[in-house]
Amino acid sequence: MAELNIKELERRFQEKIDNDQKIEPNDWMPERYRKTLIRQISQHAHSEIVGMLPEGNWITRAPNLRRKAVLLAKVQDEAGHGLYLYSATETLGADREETIDDLHSGKAKYSSIFNYPTLTWADMGAVGWLVDGAAIMNQVPLCRCSYGPYARAMVRVCKEESFHQRQGFEIMMTLAKGTPEQKAMAQDALNRFWWPSLMMFGPPDEDSKHTAQSMAWKIKRSTNDELRQQMVDITVPQAEMLGLTIPDKDLKWNEETKQYDFGEIDWNEFWNVVKGNGPCNKERLDARRKAKENGEWVREAANAYAAKQKMKKAS
Amino acid sequence: MNTLFEYLVRLGDDSLILGHRLSEWCGHGPILEEDIAMTNIALDLVGQATSIFKYAGEVEDKGRNEDDIAFLRFDKDYKNALLVEQPNEDFGVTMMRQFLFDAFRKPLFEQLTKSSDKHLAAIAEKSLKETKYHLKHSAEWVIRLGDGTEESHGRVQDALNTLWRYTDELFFSNEVDADLRSKGIVFSSEELKATWSEMVKEVLAQATLSIPDNGWQHDGGRKGLHSEHLGYILAELQYMQRAYPGMEW
Repeated sequence: MAELNIKELERRFQEKIDNDQKIEPNDWMPERYRKTLIRQISQHAHSEIVGMLPEGNWITRAPNLRRKAVLLAKVQDEAGHGLYLYSATETLGADREETIDDLHSGKAKYSSIFNYPTLTWADMGAVGWLVDGAAIMNQVPLCRCSYGPYARAMVRVCKEESFHQRQGFEIMMTLAKGTPEQKAMAQDALNRFWWPSLMMFGPPDEDSKHTAQSMAWKIKRSTNDELRQQMVDITVPQAEMLGLTIPDKDLKWNEETKQYDFGEIDWNEFWNVVKGNGPCNKERLDARRKAKENGEWVREAANAYAAKQKMKKAS
Repeated sequence: MNTLFEYLVRLGDDSLILGHRLSEWCGHGPILEEDIAMTNIALDLVGQATSIFKYAGEVEDKGRNEDDIAFLRFDKDYKNALLVEQPNEDFGVTMMRQFLFDAFRKPLFEQLTKSSDKHLAAIAEKSLKETKYHLKHSAEWVIRLGDGTEESHGRVQDALNTLWRYTDELFFSNEVDADLRSKGIVFSSEELKATWSEMVKEVLAQATLSIPDNGWQHDGGRKGLHSEHLGYILAELQYMQRAYPGMEW
Protein backbone atom coordinates (compact mmCIF):
# COMPACT_ATOMS: atom_id res chain seq x y z
CA MET A 1 0.00 0.00 0.00
CA ALA A 2 2.76 2.43 1.08
CA GLU A 3 4.76 1.48 -2.00
CA LEU A 4 1.82 2.17 -4.29
CA ASN A 5 1.42 5.45 -2.56
CA ILE A 6 5.02 6.47 -3.27
CA LYS A 7 4.69 5.39 -6.88
CA GLU A 8 1.61 7.55 -7.19
CA LEU A 9 3.40 10.50 -5.57
CA GLU A 10 6.32 10.05 -7.92
CA ARG A 11 3.97 9.89 -10.88
CA ARG A 12 2.27 13.12 -9.85
CA PHE A 13 5.63 14.76 -9.19
CA GLN A 14 6.95 13.86 -12.62
CA GLU A 15 3.67 14.97 -14.20
CA LYS A 16 4.05 18.38 -12.58
CA ILE A 17 7.58 18.64 -13.93
CA ASP A 18 6.52 17.51 -17.38
CA ASN A 19 3.86 20.24 -17.35
CA ASP A 20 6.53 22.81 -16.41
CA GLN A 21 4.98 23.47 -13.00
CA LYS A 22 7.38 24.53 -10.25
CA ILE A 23 8.16 22.35 -7.27
CA GLU A 24 7.97 24.36 -4.04
CA PRO A 25 9.64 23.62 -0.65
CA ASN A 26 6.53 22.08 0.94
CA ASP A 27 5.64 19.89 -2.04
CA TRP A 28 6.38 16.20 -1.95
CA MET A 29 9.58 15.34 -3.81
CA PRO A 30 11.68 12.20 -4.24
CA GLU A 31 14.59 12.03 -1.85
CA ARG A 32 17.05 11.81 -4.74
CA TYR A 33 15.63 14.98 -6.27
CA ARG A 34 16.12 16.77 -2.95
CA LYS A 35 19.68 15.45 -2.58
CA THR A 36 20.61 16.31 -6.16
CA LEU A 37 19.36 19.84 -5.69
CA ILE A 38 21.15 20.28 -2.37
CA ARG A 39 24.34 19.06 -4.01
CA GLN A 40 23.98 21.33 -7.03
CA ILE A 41 22.82 24.46 -5.20
CA SER A 42 25.42 24.16 -2.47
CA GLN A 43 28.16 23.64 -5.06
CA HIS A 44 26.91 26.77 -6.71
CA ALA A 45 26.92 28.65 -3.38
CA HIS A 46 30.44 27.46 -2.57
CA SER A 47 31.59 28.59 -6.02
CA GLU A 48 30.30 32.09 -5.33
CA ILE A 49 32.09 32.23 -1.99
CA VAL A 50 35.38 30.70 -3.11
CA GLY A 51 35.09 32.85 -6.25
CA MET A 52 35.41 35.96 -4.08
CA LEU A 53 39.05 35.09 -3.40
CA PRO A 54 40.70 35.33 -6.84
CA GLU A 55 38.97 38.65 -7.49
CA GLY A 56 39.38 39.92 -3.94
CA ASN A 57 43.08 39.43 -4.65
CA TRP A 58 43.08 42.56 -6.86
CA ILE A 59 40.84 44.99 -4.94
CA THR A 60 43.68 46.65 -3.06
CA ARG A 61 45.70 46.89 -6.30
CA ALA A 62 42.96 48.01 -8.68
CA PRO A 63 44.43 50.60 -11.07
CA ASN A 64 41.98 53.44 -10.42
CA LEU A 65 39.13 54.42 -8.11
CA ARG A 66 36.35 53.53 -10.53
CA ARG A 67 37.72 50.03 -11.16
CA LYS A 68 38.25 49.55 -7.43
CA ALA A 69 34.64 50.48 -6.68
CA VAL A 70 33.26 48.25 -9.44
CA LEU A 71 35.37 45.31 -8.30
CA LEU A 72 34.30 45.78 -4.67
CA ALA A 73 30.67 45.87 -5.77
CA LYS A 74 31.13 42.76 -7.87
CA VAL A 75 32.73 40.73 -5.12
CA GLN A 76 30.02 41.90 -2.77
CA ASP A 77 27.38 40.68 -5.25
CA GLU A 78 29.06 37.28 -5.20
CA ALA A 79 28.83 37.09 -1.42
CA GLY A 80 25.16 38.02 -1.80
CA HIS A 81 24.61 35.24 -4.34
CA GLY A 82 26.27 32.81 -1.94
CA LEU A 83 23.87 33.93 0.75
CA TYR A 84 20.69 33.43 -1.36
CA LEU A 85 21.92 30.08 -2.55
CA TYR A 86 22.68 28.83 0.96
CA SER A 87 19.15 29.97 1.85
CA ALA A 88 17.81 28.00 -1.12
CA THR A 89 19.51 24.86 0.22
CA GLU A 90 17.90 25.54 3.59
CA THR A 91 14.45 25.41 1.96
CA LEU A 92 15.38 21.80 1.14
CA GLY A 93 16.22 21.04 4.75
CA ALA A 94 20.00 21.49 4.55
CA ASP A 95 21.86 23.23 7.35
CA ARG A 96 24.04 26.15 6.22
CA GLU A 97 26.88 25.45 8.64
CA GLU A 98 26.98 21.76 7.78
CA THR A 99 26.94 22.63 4.10
CA ILE A 100 29.91 24.94 4.63
CA ASP A 101 31.73 22.27 6.66
CA ASP A 102 31.36 19.92 3.70
CA LEU A 103 33.20 22.48 1.58
CA HIS A 104 35.96 22.79 4.15
CA SER A 105 36.41 19.04 4.51
CA GLY A 106 36.69 18.69 0.73
CA LYS A 107 33.50 16.62 0.56
CA ALA A 108 31.61 19.26 -1.43
CA LYS A 109 32.99 20.67 -4.65
CA TYR A 110 33.02 24.14 -6.15
CA SER A 111 33.78 25.39 -9.61
CA SER A 112 37.35 24.42 -10.50
CA ILE A 113 38.00 27.67 -12.29
CA PHE A 114 38.61 29.40 -8.96
CA ASN A 115 41.62 27.17 -8.37
CA TYR A 116 43.53 29.13 -10.97
CA PRO A 117 45.49 32.17 -9.79
CA THR A 118 44.77 35.77 -10.80
CA LEU A 119 48.21 37.02 -11.74
CA THR A 120 47.64 40.38 -13.39
CA TRP A 121 45.00 43.09 -13.55
CA ALA A 122 43.93 41.71 -16.94
CA ASP A 123 42.73 38.60 -15.12
CA MET A 124 39.94 40.73 -13.65
CA GLY A 125 38.87 41.35 -17.22
CA ALA A 126 39.24 37.72 -18.30
CA VAL A 127 37.39 36.42 -15.24
CA GLY A 128 34.49 38.80 -15.83
CA TRP A 129 34.33 38.18 -19.56
CA LEU A 130 34.94 34.41 -19.69
CA VAL A 131 34.17 33.03 -16.24
CA ASP A 132 31.06 35.11 -15.64
CA GLY A 133 30.19 34.60 -19.30
CA ALA A 134 30.30 30.83 -18.82
CA ALA A 135 28.40 31.14 -15.53
CA ILE A 136 25.60 33.03 -17.29
CA MET A 137 25.48 30.41 -20.00
CA ASN A 138 25.05 27.78 -17.29
CA GLN A 139 22.60 29.79 -15.22
CA VAL A 140 20.19 31.33 -17.70
CA PRO A 141 18.58 27.92 -18.32
CA LEU A 142 18.40 27.45 -14.54
CA CYS A 143 15.93 30.35 -14.35
CA ARG A 144 13.51 27.73 -15.75
CA CYS A 145 14.66 25.02 -13.33
CA SER A 146 11.85 22.92 -11.85
CA TYR A 147 12.65 23.89 -8.26
CA GLY A 148 10.95 27.25 -7.56
CA PRO A 149 13.34 28.85 -5.03
CA TYR A 150 16.40 27.99 -7.13
CA ALA A 151 14.79 29.25 -10.34
CA ARG A 152 13.82 32.53 -8.68
CA ALA A 153 17.27 33.01 -7.13
CA MET A 154 18.76 32.47 -10.58
CA VAL A 155 16.69 35.25 -12.11
CA ARG A 156 18.28 37.77 -9.77
CA VAL A 157 21.73 36.22 -9.95
CA CYS A 158 21.71 36.27 -13.77
CA LYS A 159 20.87 39.97 -13.88
CA GLU A 160 23.90 40.75 -11.76
CA GLU A 161 26.11 38.26 -13.60
CA SER A 162 25.37 39.89 -16.91
CA PHE A 163 26.53 43.20 -15.45
CA HIS A 164 29.71 41.45 -14.26
CA GLN A 165 30.30 39.96 -17.66
CA ARG A 166 29.96 43.36 -19.34
CA GLN A 167 32.39 45.02 -16.95
CA GLY A 168 34.89 42.22 -17.59
CA PHE A 169 34.58 42.67 -21.32
CA GLU A 170 35.00 46.42 -20.86
CA ILE A 171 38.25 45.89 -18.93
CA MET A 172 39.49 43.67 -21.78
CA MET A 173 38.43 46.25 -24.35
CA THR A 174 40.30 49.02 -22.54
CA LEU A 175 43.43 46.87 -22.37
CA ALA A 176 43.14 45.69 -25.97
CA LYS A 177 42.92 49.30 -27.14
CA GLY A 178 45.76 50.36 -24.83
CA THR A 179 49.55 50.22 -24.99
CA PRO A 180 51.45 47.13 -26.26
CA GLU A 181 52.08 46.10 -22.61
CA GLN A 182 48.36 46.29 -21.88
CA LYS A 183 47.42 44.32 -24.95
CA ALA A 184 50.01 41.66 -24.10
CA MET A 185 48.57 41.50 -20.58
CA ALA A 186 45.08 40.93 -22.01
CA GLN A 187 46.29 38.23 -24.41
CA ASP A 188 48.15 36.45 -21.62
CA ALA A 189 45.01 36.44 -19.45
CA LEU A 190 42.96 35.01 -22.33
CA ASN A 191 45.62 32.32 -22.89
CA ARG A 192 45.45 31.23 -19.27
CA PHE A 193 41.66 31.42 -18.78
CA TRP A 194 40.33 30.13 -22.12
CA TRP A 195 40.59 26.39 -21.55
CA PRO A 196 39.65 26.43 -17.85
CA SER A 197 36.54 28.45 -18.83
CA LEU A 198 35.47 25.77 -21.30
CA MET A 199 36.01 23.18 -18.57
CA MET A 200 33.51 25.06 -16.40
CA PHE A 201 30.65 23.31 -18.20
CA GLY A 202 31.81 20.03 -16.73
CA PRO A 203 32.88 16.74 -18.28
CA PRO A 204 31.72 15.70 -21.77
CA ASP A 205 28.13 14.42 -21.87
CA GLU A 206 29.16 10.78 -22.15
CA ASP A 207 31.12 11.08 -18.87
CA SER A 208 28.63 13.21 -16.96
CA LYS A 209 26.99 10.93 -14.43
CA HIS A 210 24.27 13.35 -13.32
CA THR A 211 23.12 14.82 -16.63
CA ALA A 212 20.41 12.37 -17.76
CA GLN A 213 18.47 12.29 -14.47
CA SER A 214 18.86 16.05 -13.95
CA MET A 215 17.50 16.70 -17.45
CA ALA A 216 14.47 14.48 -16.77
CA TRP A 217 13.79 16.42 -13.55
CA LYS A 218 14.37 19.72 -15.34
CA ILE A 219 17.00 20.68 -12.80
CA LYS A 220 19.28 20.94 -15.75
CA ARG A 221 17.92 22.14 -19.09
CA SER A 222 20.86 21.80 -21.48
CA THR A 223 23.76 19.33 -21.55
CA ASN A 224 27.36 20.24 -20.75
CA ASP A 225 28.46 19.93 -24.36
CA GLU A 226 25.57 21.99 -25.71
CA LEU A 227 26.40 24.81 -23.32
CA ARG A 228 30.11 24.57 -24.07
CA GLN A 229 29.44 24.87 -27.79
CA GLN A 230 27.21 27.87 -27.17
CA MET A 231 30.00 29.50 -25.15
CA VAL A 232 32.54 29.02 -27.94
CA ASP A 233 30.14 30.32 -30.60
CA ILE A 234 29.38 33.47 -28.64
CA THR A 235 32.91 34.16 -27.42
CA VAL A 236 34.94 33.74 -30.62
CA PRO A 237 33.46 36.83 -32.33
CA GLN A 238 33.96 38.80 -29.09
CA ALA A 239 37.67 37.88 -29.07
CA GLU A 240 37.86 39.01 -32.70
CA MET A 241 36.25 42.29 -31.74
CA LEU A 242 38.96 42.71 -29.09
CA GLY A 243 41.70 41.82 -31.55
CA LEU A 244 42.84 38.96 -29.31
CA THR A 245 43.67 35.40 -30.39
CA ILE A 246 41.95 32.38 -28.86
CA PRO A 247 44.70 29.93 -27.92
CA ASP A 248 43.37 27.03 -29.99
CA LYS A 249 45.01 26.15 -33.32
CA ASP A 250 42.11 23.83 -34.20
CA LEU A 251 39.46 26.48 -33.84
CA LYS A 252 37.59 27.09 -37.11
CA TRP A 253 34.15 27.92 -38.39
CA ASN A 254 32.24 24.92 -39.67
CA GLU A 255 30.02 26.05 -42.54
CA GLU A 256 28.01 22.84 -42.40
CA THR A 257 27.07 22.85 -38.72
CA LYS A 258 27.12 26.68 -38.50
CA GLN A 259 29.20 26.33 -35.36
CA TYR A 260 32.86 26.60 -34.42
CA ASP A 261 34.84 23.38 -34.26
CA PHE A 262 37.35 23.55 -31.46
CA GLY A 263 40.34 21.61 -30.16
CA GLU A 264 40.51 18.81 -27.64
CA ILE A 265 40.11 19.86 -24.00
CA ASP A 266 42.75 18.52 -21.64
CA TRP A 267 40.43 16.47 -19.41
CA ASN A 268 43.39 15.19 -17.54
CA GLU A 269 44.00 18.72 -16.27
CA PHE A 270 40.30 19.09 -15.44
CA TRP A 271 40.15 15.93 -13.31
CA ASN A 272 43.40 16.82 -11.63
CA VAL A 273 42.07 20.20 -10.56
CA VAL A 274 38.78 18.61 -9.44
CA LYS A 275 40.79 16.17 -7.31
CA GLY A 276 42.51 19.05 -5.57
CA ASN A 277 45.73 19.40 -7.55
CA GLY A 278 45.06 22.76 -9.20
CA PRO A 279 47.47 25.64 -8.64
CA CYS A 280 45.39 27.21 -5.85
CA ASN A 281 43.12 24.47 -4.45
CA LYS A 282 45.01 24.39 -1.18
CA GLU A 283 45.18 28.18 -0.80
CA ARG A 284 41.47 28.63 -1.53
CA LEU A 285 40.30 26.03 0.96
CA ASP A 286 42.83 27.14 3.56
CA ALA A 287 41.60 30.72 3.21
CA ARG A 288 37.97 29.65 3.75
CA ARG A 289 38.85 27.41 6.70
CA LYS A 290 40.95 30.13 8.26
CA ALA A 291 38.11 32.64 7.88
CA LYS A 292 35.82 30.26 9.74
CA GLU A 293 38.36 29.46 12.47
CA ASN A 294 39.27 33.11 12.98
CA GLY A 295 35.60 33.98 13.16
CA GLU A 296 34.77 31.37 15.77
CA TRP A 297 35.16 33.72 18.74
CA VAL A 298 33.13 36.41 16.95
CA ARG A 299 30.21 34.06 16.35
CA GLU A 300 30.39 32.79 19.94
CA ALA A 301 30.36 36.36 21.22
CA ALA A 302 27.37 37.27 19.06
CA ASN A 303 25.45 34.25 20.34
CA ALA A 304 26.39 34.91 23.96
CA TYR A 305 25.32 38.53 23.64
CA ALA A 306 22.02 37.59 22.00
CA ALA A 307 21.34 35.09 24.81
CA LYS A 308 22.05 37.74 27.46
CA GLN A 309 19.69 40.18 25.77
CA LYS A 310 16.98 37.55 25.63
CA MET A 311 17.37 36.85 29.34
CA LYS A 312 17.20 40.56 30.13
CA LYS A 313 13.99 40.90 28.16
CA ALA A 314 12.45 37.88 29.84
CA SER A 315 13.23 39.11 33.37
CA MET B 1 48.84 77.36 1.00
CA ASN B 2 45.51 76.34 -0.48
CA THR B 3 43.79 75.54 2.81
CA LEU B 4 40.64 74.06 1.31
CA PHE B 5 42.69 71.68 -0.82
CA GLU B 6 44.72 70.65 2.23
CA TYR B 7 41.53 70.01 4.21
CA LEU B 8 39.91 67.99 1.43
CA VAL B 9 43.01 65.82 1.17
CA ARG B 10 42.76 64.96 4.88
CA LEU B 11 39.10 64.11 4.51
CA GLY B 12 39.63 62.06 1.35
CA ASP B 13 42.70 60.23 2.65
CA ASP B 14 40.83 59.08 5.76
CA SER B 15 38.19 57.53 3.49
CA LEU B 16 40.67 56.09 1.01
CA ILE B 17 43.02 54.45 3.51
CA LEU B 18 40.28 53.05 5.74
CA GLY B 19 38.47 51.78 2.63
CA HIS B 20 41.71 50.06 1.64
CA ARG B 21 42.06 48.41 5.04
CA LEU B 22 38.45 47.19 5.03
CA SER B 23 38.76 45.79 1.54
CA GLU B 24 41.60 43.58 2.77
CA TRP B 25 38.88 41.63 4.61
CA CYS B 26 37.04 40.78 1.43
CA GLY B 27 36.53 37.00 1.28
CA HIS B 28 37.94 36.47 4.79
CA GLY B 29 35.20 37.80 7.09
CA PRO B 30 34.11 35.91 10.22
CA ILE B 31 30.62 35.40 8.79
CA LEU B 32 29.29 35.90 5.30
CA GLU B 33 27.00 38.74 6.39
CA GLU B 34 30.00 40.63 7.81
CA ASP B 35 32.00 40.02 4.67
CA ILE B 36 29.21 41.78 2.81
CA ALA B 37 28.92 44.57 5.38
CA MET B 38 32.65 45.36 5.43
CA THR B 39 32.87 45.31 1.64
CA ASN B 40 29.86 47.59 1.52
CA ILE B 41 31.45 50.08 3.93
CA ALA B 42 34.71 49.92 1.96
CA LEU B 43 32.70 50.70 -1.16
CA ASP B 44 31.08 53.74 0.50
CA LEU B 45 34.50 54.97 1.63
CA VAL B 46 36.05 54.57 -1.81
CA GLY B 47 33.05 56.47 -3.22
CA GLN B 48 33.57 59.27 -0.70
CA ALA B 49 37.28 59.45 -1.54
CA THR B 50 36.39 59.69 -5.22
CA SER B 51 34.04 62.64 -4.88
CA ILE B 52 36.29 64.41 -2.36
CA PHE B 53 39.43 64.06 -4.52
CA LYS B 54 37.54 65.10 -7.61
CA TYR B 55 36.56 68.31 -5.88
CA ALA B 56 40.09 68.70 -4.43
CA GLY B 57 41.45 68.56 -7.98
CA GLU B 58 39.10 71.37 -9.02
CA VAL B 59 39.99 73.43 -5.97
CA GLU B 60 43.70 72.97 -6.59
CA ASP B 61 43.30 73.81 -10.27
CA LYS B 62 46.52 72.19 -11.47
CA GLY B 63 44.90 69.69 -13.78
CA ARG B 64 44.97 66.72 -11.40
CA ASN B 65 41.98 64.38 -11.35
CA GLU B 66 40.75 62.13 -8.52
CA ASP B 67 43.00 59.24 -9.56
CA ASP B 68 46.11 61.42 -9.75
CA ILE B 69 45.43 62.53 -6.20
CA ALA B 70 44.55 59.08 -4.90
CA PHE B 71 47.41 57.17 -6.52
CA LEU B 72 50.24 59.50 -7.43
CA ARG B 73 51.41 61.22 -4.29
CA PHE B 74 54.35 60.34 -2.04
CA ASP B 75 53.81 59.14 1.52
CA LYS B 76 54.35 62.55 3.11
CA ASP B 77 51.57 64.03 0.98
CA TYR B 78 48.98 61.64 2.45
CA LYS B 79 47.24 63.32 5.38
CA ASN B 80 45.04 60.60 6.84
CA ALA B 81 44.90 60.13 10.59
CA LEU B 82 47.18 57.39 11.95
CA LEU B 83 44.13 55.53 13.26
CA VAL B 84 42.86 54.51 9.83
CA GLU B 85 46.15 53.03 8.63
CA GLN B 86 46.45 50.69 11.64
CA PRO B 87 46.36 47.02 10.58
CA ASN B 88 43.13 45.00 10.66
CA GLU B 89 44.53 42.38 13.05
CA ASP B 90 41.36 40.57 14.18
CA PHE B 91 37.70 41.46 13.72
CA GLY B 92 37.68 43.12 17.17
CA VAL B 93 40.46 45.55 16.25
CA THR B 94 38.79 46.26 12.91
CA MET B 95 35.42 47.02 14.50
CA MET B 96 36.93 49.10 17.30
CA ARG B 97 38.95 51.14 14.78
CA GLN B 98 35.79 51.58 12.73
CA PHE B 99 33.72 52.64 15.72
CA LEU B 100 36.24 55.21 16.98
CA PHE B 101 36.39 56.61 13.45
CA ASP B 102 32.65 56.53 12.68
CA ALA B 103 31.88 58.25 15.98
CA PHE B 104 34.11 61.09 14.74
CA ARG B 105 32.90 61.19 11.15
CA LYS B 106 29.20 61.33 11.88
CA PRO B 107 29.29 64.62 13.85
CA LEU B 108 31.96 65.91 11.44
CA PHE B 109 29.71 65.41 8.43
CA GLU B 110 26.81 66.85 10.41
CA GLN B 111 28.86 70.01 10.89
CA LEU B 112 30.00 70.10 7.28
CA THR B 113 26.46 69.94 5.90
CA LYS B 114 26.28 73.56 7.15
CA SER B 115 29.49 74.57 5.41
CA SER B 116 29.51 77.84 3.47
CA ASP B 117 31.22 75.85 0.72
CA LYS B 118 28.21 74.37 -1.08
CA HIS B 119 30.14 71.61 -2.83
CA LEU B 120 31.65 70.38 0.45
CA ALA B 121 28.22 70.61 2.11
CA ALA B 122 26.74 68.40 -0.61
CA ILE B 123 29.50 65.80 -0.21
CA ALA B 124 28.91 65.86 3.56
CA GLU B 125 25.16 65.43 3.10
CA LYS B 126 25.60 62.25 1.06
CA SER B 127 28.42 60.89 3.23
CA LEU B 128 26.44 61.53 6.41
CA LYS B 129 23.69 59.16 5.30
CA GLU B 130 26.24 56.38 4.81
CA THR B 131 28.16 57.17 7.97
CA LYS B 132 25.06 56.84 10.14
CA TYR B 133 24.77 53.23 9.02
CA HIS B 134 28.47 52.61 9.49
CA LEU B 135 28.31 53.94 13.04
CA LYS B 136 25.24 51.90 13.90
CA HIS B 137 26.97 48.80 12.60
CA SER B 138 30.33 49.34 14.32
CA ALA B 139 28.79 50.48 17.64
CA GLU B 140 26.57 47.39 17.73
CA TRP B 141 29.57 45.14 17.16
CA VAL B 142 31.64 46.88 19.84
CA ILE B 143 28.79 46.32 22.30
CA ARG B 144 28.24 42.72 21.21
CA LEU B 145 31.93 41.83 21.44
CA GLY B 146 32.48 43.78 24.65
CA ASP B 147 29.50 42.22 26.38
CA GLY B 148 29.77 38.83 24.65
CA THR B 149 32.15 36.17 25.98
CA GLU B 150 35.20 36.52 28.19
CA GLU B 151 37.40 36.02 25.15
CA SER B 152 35.66 38.61 23.02
CA HIS B 153 35.67 41.09 25.90
CA GLY B 154 39.41 40.60 26.34
CA ARG B 155 40.13 40.95 22.65
CA VAL B 156 38.10 44.08 22.13
CA GLN B 157 39.46 45.67 25.33
CA ASP B 158 42.98 45.02 24.00
CA ALA B 159 41.93 46.61 20.72
CA LEU B 160 40.71 49.68 22.56
CA ASN B 161 43.93 49.86 24.59
CA THR B 162 45.98 49.76 21.38
CA LEU B 163 43.91 52.18 19.35
CA TRP B 164 43.06 54.76 21.98
CA ARG B 165 46.41 56.50 21.53
CA TYR B 166 45.42 57.46 17.97
CA THR B 167 42.10 59.09 18.81
CA ASP B 168 43.16 62.61 19.77
CA GLU B 169 44.62 63.13 16.34
CA LEU B 170 41.14 62.95 14.83
CA PHE B 171 40.59 66.41 16.33
CA PHE B 172 43.88 67.82 15.07
CA SER B 173 43.60 71.45 14.21
CA ASN B 174 46.13 73.93 12.84
CA GLU B 175 46.24 77.07 10.69
CA VAL B 176 44.37 75.24 7.91
CA ASP B 177 41.36 74.77 10.15
CA ALA B 178 41.66 78.30 11.58
CA ASP B 179 41.56 79.80 8.10
CA LEU B 180 38.60 77.68 7.00
CA ARG B 181 36.74 78.35 10.25
CA SER B 182 37.04 82.07 9.65
CA LYS B 183 35.31 81.53 6.28
CA GLY B 184 32.54 79.38 7.72
CA ILE B 185 33.73 76.37 5.70
CA VAL B 186 34.55 74.17 8.71
CA PHE B 187 33.60 74.35 12.38
CA SER B 188 34.94 73.90 15.87
CA SER B 189 36.91 70.73 16.51
CA GLU B 190 36.40 71.13 20.30
CA GLU B 191 32.68 70.80 19.76
CA LEU B 192 33.32 67.77 17.63
CA LYS B 193 35.47 66.19 20.29
CA ALA B 194 32.81 66.79 22.95
CA THR B 195 30.17 65.03 20.83
CA TRP B 196 32.57 62.21 20.05
CA SER B 197 33.55 61.71 23.71
CA GLU B 198 29.95 61.49 24.78
CA MET B 199 29.11 58.92 22.12
CA VAL B 200 32.23 56.87 22.78
CA LYS B 201 31.70 56.84 26.55
CA GLU B 202 28.12 55.74 26.17
CA VAL B 203 28.88 52.88 23.78
CA LEU B 204 31.95 51.68 25.66
CA ALA B 205 29.95 51.67 28.90
CA GLN B 206 27.28 49.52 27.26
CA ALA B 207 30.04 47.29 25.97
CA THR B 208 31.40 46.99 29.56
CA LEU B 209 34.76 48.25 28.34
CA SER B 210 36.99 50.72 30.12
CA ILE B 211 38.80 53.63 28.55
CA PRO B 212 42.54 53.13 28.96
CA ASP B 213 44.55 55.49 31.03
CA ASN B 214 47.73 55.51 28.97
CA GLY B 215 47.85 59.28 28.70
CA TRP B 216 50.08 59.59 25.66
CA GLN B 217 48.47 60.42 22.33
CA HIS B 218 50.23 60.12 18.98
CA ASP B 219 49.88 62.41 16.04
CA GLY B 220 51.70 62.81 12.75
CA GLY B 221 49.32 61.56 10.08
CA ARG B 222 47.75 64.98 9.51
CA LYS B 223 51.26 66.39 9.05
CA GLY B 224 52.32 63.62 6.66
CA LEU B 225 54.40 61.73 9.23
CA HIS B 226 52.96 58.24 9.19
CA SER B 227 53.48 54.88 10.83
CA GLU B 228 55.49 52.19 9.04
CA HIS B 229 52.21 50.69 7.83
CA LEU B 230 51.39 53.37 5.29
CA GLY B 231 54.35 52.55 3.03
CA TYR B 232 53.03 49.03 2.49
CA ILE B 233 49.50 50.26 1.89
CA LEU B 234 50.80 52.65 -0.78
CA ALA B 235 52.97 49.94 -2.34
CA GLU B 236 49.79 47.98 -3.04
CA LEU B 237 47.49 50.88 -3.73
CA GLN B 238 49.86 52.53 -6.20
CA TYR B 239 51.32 49.38 -7.76
CA MET B 240 49.53 49.57 -11.12
CA GLN B 241 49.88 53.34 -11.53
CA ARG B 242 53.59 53.20 -10.70
CA ALA B 243 54.40 50.08 -12.73
CA TYR B 244 52.49 51.24 -15.83
CA PRO B 245 52.64 55.02 -15.71
CA GLY B 246 50.24 57.16 -17.68
CA MET B 247 47.93 54.43 -18.99
CA GLU B 248 44.16 54.28 -19.16
CA TRP B 249 42.47 51.43 -17.31
